[in-house]
Amino acid sequence: MKVKPNNYIAIEFPSRSVNEGLARAAVAAFAAQLDPTLDELGDIKTAVSEAVTNAIVHAYPQELGRIALRASIFDGNLLEITVRDWGCGIADVEKAREPLYTTGGEERSGMGFTIMESFMDALTVRSKNGKGTVVTMKRRIALRPSRR
Amino acid sequence: MLWKSNQQQKEGEGLDIICKDAGRELTLTLRGELDHHGAKDVMQRMELALDAALPLKLTLDFSGVSFMDSSGIAVVMRAQRRMRALGGGAVLRQIPPQAKRVFDAAGIFRIIPLEEGGSSDEGKTE
Repeated sequence: MKVKPNNYIAIEFPSRSVNEGLARAAVAAFAAQLDPTLDELGDIKTAVSEAVTNAIVHAYPQELGRIALRASIFDGNLLEITVRDWGCGIADVEKAREPLYTTGGEERSGMGFTIMESFMDALTVRSKNGKGTVVTMKRRIALRPSRR
Repeated sequence: MLWKSNQQQKEGEGLDIICKDAGRELTLTLRGELDHHGAKDVMQRMELALDAALPLKLTLDFSGVSFMDSSGIAVVMRAQRRMRALGGGAVLRQIPPQAKRVFDAAGIFRIIPLEEGGSSDEGKTE
């Protein structure tokens, strides 16, 4: 049984690097209704940036492709973010999640998944060779005393 | 010598490097959003600045960085590699809280030291 979100946004864009900023800004603006702290908002923006950058750099190395970003809010102040691509897929997900592992050369640090893991409460990566990758991240936003 | 490149960009957009060159010490001040989109250009301009100055000490000032993801880690690791090859070293300075969380998660301060008083979120509780 799938639980319906209380609210969501879904946006789609081509794998152009200029869209990295748009993606994290869109999620940040959407997440604002959960009244996150600046630190929480920074963590979310960073995780989105990592996931979208992975899709841009690795899913479509030679061509432009489609990236779908979805952010949903569930009961209990839970934010779920999904970044989906229909690119080449990750050959070895376990390996890709290891710190410092990268196939991106000197421009990449290999820390993307490590950052996503440490900044979000949960991270799942489903990937199929030649079919694409779905990265799902969850973060519960703390209820603050100032909230009504 | 002080110059500001990329002046066609509006304030708060893209990324700027301000180079301050005093003898064998070079300070690069990064401004804007340091993500994969901006990092390539930053790396190229950093390389050019290093080749021109051949410094023994490189200070990377992050005071103007409004957002940074792991692309920033690649930039500072590259900087440190280049500086070690020159027989010197790099330090980081004035790191805003969001960028500091990224560096902390990667354990980057074991590779590149944070200059004394180098974090701009001091006194703030984690």
